[in-house]
Amino acid sequence: MKTVMTVDDSASVRQMVAFTLKNAGYAVIEAVDGKDALSKLKGSVDMVVTDLNMPNMDGISLIKAVRAQPAYKFIPIVMLTTESQAGKKQEGKDAGATGWIVKPFKPEQLLAVVQKVLR
Amino acid sequence: MEDIHRQAFRDEAADLLVELESALLELEDSPGDMELVNRVFRAMHTLKGSGAMFGFDDIAQFTHEVETVFDQVRSGHLQVTKVLLDLTFQAKDHVKVLLEHDGTDLGDYVDAAETVLNGFRVLAAQSAPGDDSAMQPGVCDLPLENGEAGDGSVHRVRVRPKTGIYATGNNPEYLIEDLRSLGQTMVFAHIEDIPPLRELDPQNCHIWWDVLLTSDATENAIRDVFIFVEDECDFSISTVETSGDVELKKLGEILIERGDITAEGINRALSGQKRLGAILTEAGMLPERSVEAALAEQSLVKQKQEQKKGPEGTSSLRVSAEKLDLLQDLVGELVIVQAQIKQVAPSLGNSMIVTLAEQLERLSDDIRDSTLAIRMLPIGSTFSTYRRLVRDLSAEIGKEIDLVTSGEDTELDKTVLDRLGDALIHLLRNSIDHGIETPDQREAAGKPRRGTLQLGAEHSGGDVVIQIVDDGKGIDPEKVRQKAVERGLISDNAELTLRETLELIFLPGFSTAQTVSSVSGRGVGMDVVKRVVNAMRGSIDIDTELHKGSVVTIRLPLTLAIIDGLQVCVGTESYVLPLDVVEECVQLDRKDLGAEGRRRMINLRGEVVPIISLREWFRLPGELPSIEQVVILNVDGNRMGMVVDHVVGEHQTVIKSLGPVFRRLEGFSGATIQGDGTMSLILDVKRIVRLSLGEVR
Repeated sequence: MKTVMTVDDSASVRQMVAFTLKNAGYAVIEAVDGKDALSKLKGSVDMVVTDLNMPNMDGISLIKAVRAQPAYKFIPIVMLTTESQAGKKQEGKDAGATGWIVKPFKPEQLLAVVQKVLR
Repeated sequence: MEDIHRQAFRDEAADLLVELESALLELEDSPGDMELVNRVFRAMHTLKGSGAMFGFDDIAQFTHEVETVFDQVRSGHLQVTKVLLDLTFQAKDHVKVLLEHDGTDLGDYVDAAETVLNGFRVLAAQSAPGDDSAMQPGVCDLPLENGEAGDGSVHRVRVRPKTGIYATGNNPEYLIEDLRSLGQTMVFAHIEDIPPLRELDPQNCHIWWDVLLTSDATENAIRDVFIFVEDECDFSISTVETSGDVELKKLGEILIERGDITAEGINRALSGQKRLGAILTEAGMLPERSVEAALAEQSLVKQKQEQKKGPEGTSSLRVSAEKLDLLQDLVGELVIVQAQIKQVAPSLGNSMIVTLAEQLERLSDDIRDSTLAIRMLPIGSTFSTYRRLVRDLSAEIGKEIDLVTSGEDTELDKTVLDRLGDALIHLLRNSIDHGIETPDQREAAGKPRRGTLQLGAEHSGGDVVIQIVDDGKGIDPEKVRQKAVERGLISDNAELTLRETLELIFLPGFSTAQTVSSVSGRGVGMDVVKRVVNAMRGSIDIDTELHKGSVVTIRLPLTLAIIDGLQVCVGTESYVLPLDVVEECVQLDRKDLGAEGRRRMINLRGEVVPIISLREWFRLPGELPSIEQVVILNVDGNRMGMVVDHVVGEHQTVIKSLGPVFRRLEGFSGATIQGDGTMSLILDVKRIVRLSLGEVR
């Protein structure tokens, strides 16, 4: 079973992501911000889905920090962006994000993206 | 006075309809029986003649069209097909409605009747042999042309990932996989940019691809594949051949178009005498792969255009099943020899042999895939036989049931299809007998009098999923539980989840029927169904909701003949595990070993995973090696480690079934011959894991 980490300071987004992914047969680790995510990043994490704006450590810094760890250098990292964050999208990609999902999104769109980058 | 005659006609017509129905049902089983065709024709003819005489003009008009079609069947101009039979059943139903309503407003029925009539008109217009969807047993229809690719255009897609693409978590292989999912592909990997080993940075990507994609997908849909990697990847998509007629391009033109070479270069090369491709590669102007890709494009376009010109009606061919079995056996042998060559080649130290071995592997993979594809039959060919079953059985026990089928085109290996038959019959019987209520009970429960039974098939990943859905009364878990307690299958105070309770149904000797009726309980139980499905490496699940109905889901592999396997060794023995349940292989570190009662566990990156030793399982003699390996398996979400001496590697495995002497052995699903000529047993991993987890006695 593949493990996906969802990082978001919004409990409802986390819940929706976790629920969708668990239903599709993935194991899910939840983290409330970038810092929390880094502390929980060990063992087999196969993918990260992260928000960009978060307290303590934002999504861009998290992407950089995850990529800096040899074990997670090549795992897919998908960022959640909003329509207005076109600039952030490029920043995220430069930091090493694999792809993005524009909020608001439907569960099936999330699954389609996860299945696109994680096999 | 007149009314007496009309009533007499009604009585006669009712008898004729019964006769008609029984003739049709028999005709379904033996579509070639002319006596049955005559019986149908005579019934229609009498309905038409007498109907007109007694003022049932609507019946006379309606049956006239049906009669016309059956007259053509009688004279051999039309064949009895499933379409015709279905239409005739509907026609029979409609005549019944007309008889009973007698002049009152029929509302929607008029439209329905018109649809049926149109069906007959279409058939009458064909009026020639053909469109025979009734398949003869032992013969399969062999498509010469891949339907999916039939109308598609050929697209040339060049995928050139930047070297740093992996650093963004993107995997270019997935892009190729996504392209493959859009249609038929030919993929050419360009490996000429890979640096020598000592300069190679494995974290960079040096390969690029030319993909010829034959697909109905739009260019935008193809572009979507690359949505995340627009910056990480240079890619180009162009349409080489569309549905219109295009002049065939010469190799040089294609190469120039692709940007592989300039026109000047071509002209220079053309001054030589050899074939252009050979000249270009020999001159070192182009790697062989580029030429190969362009040549493939040329031949693909040519092939497609020839296909279009080819006469219709030669698109399929009948081949006896024996010939296909022989072909598959031979391909099996070929795959074994290929595995042997692949194993031996590297040790010979000749790079030419290694290259040839790789080419042979690619070819034998393709031959294997095409051969297996030939054996695939649409499951719809068996669905039609179940209609009869549902009709018969529901009539016998006084229930009204419609069978709705879907996914008739879903293809399955003929062997799987053959073995599945009895299991499906049993499951349908169960739904009809125990699931769907009598019309009165249904009415009382606020449901329509007619129950619905759905039989559907669809592809899901590498599996085929077959579902039987009924809208009956569902399975009462409490009754299942009581029965299991009565039978001593579980103890009185056992706490079971709904799922576990439903699993009890599959235990030998279990039956939810309060009384064994004539239709169920014919010596086939759900345990037998489960065994049949499991024997094909499939799984079966029940889901149910009280008063709403039940769903039985069967998952089956597409084919039984060849699997991807992982070869492992214990002592002098070697075994093969099906690769689809293997998650990873780890070394067994003794300090990771824990113990929990009898069962042993290992610590896998913080997770506790139970393990079994294959050596202990089969009580094999021999010294324990200093380092053992653990294959981590995942069976239906349960992780388990299997300890072996060492893991040899992945192989295509041709499954040979075990002889009757070995059938009763638990834990094996077959045998295979390895590249070195020795035999390995294929482990029935799902069974072993379940046995060791104590789920099955």
